[in-house]
Amino acid sequence: MNINTTKIISLLFFIFSAFYLYTAYQIQVFAFDENAPFNARTFPIYLGYAGLFFSGLKLILPDPNTIKVDHKNLEYKKTGILILIAIIYGATILKVGYFLTTSLFLFASYYFLGERRWILMFLLSFPFVAAFMYLLHGILDIYLRDPFLQSIGVMG
Amino acid sequence: MIEGILIGLTTALTFQNILMVMVGCFFGTIIGMLPGLGPMTAIALMIPITYGFDPATGLILMAGVYYGAVFGGSTSSILLNAPGVPGTVATSFDGYPMAQQGKAGKALAIAAWSSFAGGTLSAIYLLFMAPSLSKVSLSFRSPDYFALMILGLTAIAAFSSKGQFLKAMMMVVLGLMLASVGQDSLSDITRFTFDNMNLTDGISFVLVVMATFAMSEALTIILKRNDPTSAAKQVSLTELGSIKINKEERTKMYKTIPRSSVIGFLIGVLPGAGATIASFLAYGMERNVVSDEEKEKFGKGSVNGLSAPETANNAACSGSFVPMLTLGIPGSGTTAVMLGALLGFGVQPGPRLYMTNPEIFWSIIMSMYIGMVILLILNLPLIPYIARILAVPKNYLIPLILFFSVTGIYVMSFNNFDIYLMIGIAVVATFLRLYDFPMPPLILAFVLGGLMEENLRRSLLLSNGSWEFLWDRTLTACILATTILIVVWHIYKTFKKKN
Repeated sequence: MNINTTKIISLLFFIFSAFYLYTAYQIQVFAFDENAPFNARTFPIYLGYAGLFFSGLKLILPDPNTIKVDHKNLEYKKTGILILIAIIYGATILKVGYFLTTSLFLFASYYFLGERRWILMFLLSFPFVAAFMYLLHGILDIYLRDPFLQSIGVMG
Repeated sequence: MIEGILIGLTTALTFQNILMVMVGCFFGTIIGMLPGLGPMTAIALMIPITYGFDPATGLILMAGVYYGAVFGGSTSSILLNAPGVPGTVATSFDGYPMAQQGKAGKALAIAAWSSFAGGTLSAIYLLFMAPSLSKVSLSFRSPDYFALMILGLTAIAAFSSKGQFLKAMMMVVLGLMLASVGQDSLSDITRFTFDNMNLTDGISFVLVVMATFAMSEALTIILKRNDPTSAAKQVSLTELGSIKINKEERTKMYKTIPRSSVIGFLIGVLPGAGATIASFLAYGMERNVVSDEEKEKFGKGSVNGLSAPETANNAACSGSFVPMLTLGIPGSGTTAVMLGALLGFGVQPGPRLYMTNPEIFWSIIMSMYIGMVILLILNLPLIPYIARILAVPKNYLIPLILFFSVTGIYVMSFNNFDIYLMIGIAVVATFLRLYDFPMPPLILAFVLGGLMEENLRRSLLLSNGSWEFLWDRTLTACILATTILIVVWHIYKTFKKKN
């Protein structure tokens, strides 16, 4: 059997399905439902077995279309930075507020992707987010909590 | 039916709904044109906005985006040889050679007229077929629905791409697993939440769509930025040539359009098939029926070769609405996204939809006509201007996609846990995409997960736990036999290829 990344993913999925199946068996059901033809754990148990079956087949059967990914040409660094920016965005949005975090998120993303046209970067972050926020908050009536704008008196 | 058509026209012809079709077609065309971003991404980005409208308006907007994105995909196929959506891959076979010969404007005009004709003809087929299919589907029972969902999931896995059946089936199971997180619909028992309160209501459908399509698409584009295989050759966007179609070319199109629209519509109706298969089949059939002289031109800029897939992929779009509206089972990944959005509105598609919510049912069908006209009006004169959008630098495009994804999730829950969950799913999806694990089966399974469990529960309770319900009714047995046939055929093909 040829070991390639697809097989490794299948093996990981096999392990994940086994864990899912184990957790499915642990689902607590009501006492009167325990022997019912169908209860809260029935469907997940079938799914667990289905996961084991298909990933098991993928592991055993030959792989006619082996996918070769040239890792040298992949931009892991920039992708990683973008993911990190998104995580920081998630961590700060509730405390700082929508306007400032979203604008900084966009500005930082443009910068790390290699953009250096500062005026365009600014226009496509701060005023753009302000306009979008007005659309959501002012026109579509979707409330956006923003401690920063509240602290400077822009929002009530 | 006349009454229904009038209800639909009244709803579709309101100022707000016409505006929504226009906005949908415009944004759909723009997003569909950008390579890598298809109708699913376009619709996913629109979902948070549609929740501010009533269901009919929301769905009309999404239908406009769908048609626009499919047409937009053909623009990048013709100009860049980089199809925006899989359904327009066949368009590039003859569209791109025409563009290289300095006839890009003509190729875009042929694509626009063919799309218009294909979409309009299939909307007419849909108008007459949908009510009769609704009546037939009223006889469907829980076991039939359960079997039909199994067939739909197997079919989308089988058709997702060559040699990827098992990968697609793994994605189906993963989608169903994700759908099982949260409270059980009947007993309210929590499952797979690991005592996290944020997971009690389950994982939001919009979150999964945004993560697996919009966000993962953006991450994939950045990841593959330096990949020489994904670099597209570009035709000069300033020299599009004339958009006039001469008499000889029109005559060719008159013959191609009717037959391709029938193929497209019928393929679109099948659960799991959709625009990609429809366009390839129409292209293949067209090559077989034309004269030997015309056959020689295929792949070198043939009018028939361009018109056939363009007609078929738009016809398939309308066709894919049939199972969604009449059976509540999506015919494609895109309609699965729309089904999820409909469920979010509290509307349950199915045979009773056109009785309980006739304004939604008919207004969608009527909006298709209006959408087709608007697409044509929008695309023909604006072709040179729309084409310039292809030049938008990725440095701006990617952060904006990420912005719409993250904002879309945040405004729905105001909870940063959802943002983390979306990032996590998007990272896994990006990695899986690298190794050709298809995402549409995952979305279809995620949408159908709840309904599938519901129908299995009902069937098993009615048969007192016996699995005989699978072959008790002829209809259920036939549907399951078709499913088994598909599975066996694909496993056999995998073995045969290796040996």
